[in-house]
Amino acid sequence: MTGGHSTADVAGPRPVISTRGLTKIYDVGEVQVPALRGVSIDVVPGEFVALTGPSGSGKSTFMHLLGCLDLATSGHYFLNGKDVSTLGSRELARVRNQEIGFVFQGFNLLSRTSALENVELPLLYAGHVPAAERRDRAIAALTAVGLGDRVDHHPNQLSGGQQQRVAIARALVNDPTLLLADEPTGNLDTKTSVEVMGIFQRLNIERGITIVLVTHEADIAEYGTRIITFRDGVVLNDSAIEHRRIA
Amino acid sequence: MSIWMTFIVALKALRRNAMRTALTALGMIIGVAAVIVMVAIGTGASSSIQAQIRSAGSNIVMVTAGSGGFGPVRQGQGAVTTLTADDAEAIRREIPGVRYVSPGLNTRTQIVAATGNWNTQVQGAGPDLAAIRSWPTQFGSFFTEDDVTAARKVAVLGSVVRDQLFGVGSDPTGEIVRIKNQPFQVIGVLTSKGQAAMGQDQDDTVLVPFTTVQKRLMGVQHVTNITVSAENGVPLDTMTDQIAELLRLRHKLQPGTDDDFLVRTLEEMASVLTSTTNTMTYLLAGIAAVSLIVGGIGIMNIMLVSVTERTREIGLRLAVGARDLDVLLQFLVESIVLSLVGGAIGIALGFGISFAVQRVMQWSAVVTPTAVAMSFGVAAAVGVFFGFYPARKAARLNPIDALRYE
Repeated sequence: MTGGHSTADVAGPRPVISTRGLTKIYDVGEVQVPALRGVSIDVVPGEFVALTGPSGSGKSTFMHLLGCLDLATSGHYFLNGKDVSTLGSRELARVRNQEIGFVFQGFNLLSRTSALENVELPLLYAGHVPAAERRDRAIAALTAVGLGDRVDHHPNQLSGGQQQRVAIARALVNDPTLLLADEPTGNLDTKTSVEVMGIFQRLNIERGITIVLVTHEADIAEYGTRIITFRDGVVLNDSAIEHRRIA
Repeated sequence: MSIWMTFIVALKALRRNAMRTALTALGMIIGVAAVIVMVAIGTGASSSIQAQIRSAGSNIVMVTAGSGGFGPVRQGQGAVTTLTADDAEAIRREIPGVRYVSPGLNTRTQIVAATGNWNTQVQGAGPDLAAIRSWPTQFGSFFTEDDVTAARKVAVLGSVVRDQLFGVGSDPTGEIVRIKNQPFQVIGVLTSKGQAAMGQDQDDTVLVPFTTVQKRLMGVQHVTNITVSAENGVPLDTMTDQIAELLRLRHKLQPGTDDDFLVRTLEEMASVLTSTTNTMTYLLAGIAAVSLIVGGIGIMNIMLVSVTERTREIGLRLAVGARDLDVLLQFLVESIVLSLVGGAIGIALGFGISFAVQRVMQWSAVVTPTAVAMSFGVAAAVGVFFGFYPARKAARLNPIDALRYE
């Protein structure tokens, strides 16, 4: 595991994420609010990056840009070497479906829908995947997060930690190269948070999945390999974590 | 997402809100059923009119005396007195293909019997009338050529008149009735024919020789109508023209003057009636169509509510890779399923109500395949039309805005 913060100038593996001068300005009525003011970072495969910073620092905005959920006002975002800022809505949908798994703070599971069907959801939009294969892959993803015995449970029959694990399984089901998590433990108690971080860590170490995670809790950030601190829309500090916590 | 999966997802979404789905579909059901029933009643009315006209005889030509008058003053139909029994004889003699001819003139008067009295239509006619209208007697017999020549005071009663004067179902043959204070002998009773196309009761009538009406009741020389029936296969429009030509000649009408008579076939009269009922049908269907549109607006309303309620779901679907098109189709299919299911139930209900109307109210109601196909098509179109706006609204959402929607 490299804890380095490589730049494009340094020879090495091709970065998963590479941003250059990324800015985002929100139009709120007549006032223009800059949320990001030129962010340039690189994330190489296998890194586990924690984005932190006070609220309003721009870390969540940056995360949404990384997830292709929103478009930057200016600057470039290369995902696996491809400039995402030039893509049309159809290609963006494909990128969200195939290359990125997103985990939200509020889980965002479909209510009155079984865990299995929730996890199958991205596969429905992934071109033609036969029903049997959908089911097999969804069960495999649920087993990977320790919910192989809960496939038919509905979200209201699951605890918060279990719901977040279903959401992680959903993010994993299409085998993305990048897993993004926006405050994934924000709605969970400490013990459950550690369990969920354990899952992220295992996916990172055992499968080598690149993970970028937003958190404002310092101890959660320490489960990663690198920590980037935002303030007022710019990167304030970018450093490797020396003593990584193991869940 | 495949269209089949889209369909499954739409069904699941509709089932999740079963009550709301049912109420929304109800608007559609009522609209479609109303259109079907209204068109069925209208179609039934016009086809029963046509059937009645056909039963009255499709090979009949009616000659009626025209509207006369001097200068700008126009008198009503039948006011001129130039039509005579001799004209009828001339038609019988000179027009090829004529089978029966009956001159006629009517008067309305009180009829008195020993057991009751009744105000009715007294129709003067020739002996051929029974054959022209295929109208057999229930008791006794029709009057003869001999009765006409002698202007005998004999009467054949319609069944309603018999019922009023002598009691329901009785046989009054040989009894005496008084018409305008003159004694007439009842020689027959006609079988019941029911209502005519225009609604008048054909059985509320008394038939007497037309000569008797001319000489004994009215003191006139003319007749007001001549009923002609053609041999089978004789073209009626040719015959109509020939009769008109003959009558103009006999009435010595100069070229350029109007006819003092009117020659029409029953088919023509039928087409006037049919176009009236068609207008009625369109009117009824139009009113019903309004309820169909109201049902469609109900669907749009619910779809808009649904899009708003499920904004976060839409955001999530976009975040995991749904394209705009997937979201658009999802909501569009939902609204189409809603309107088609409503339409199908509406068609079934329309059939049921039409059947009930036929049984309970004794109206004829004919559900035509056209009406079914059209209302189903309209239901589908309503689904697409009223579903498109909410669906597009959903598809245009920005993923992050949708996900953050509170």
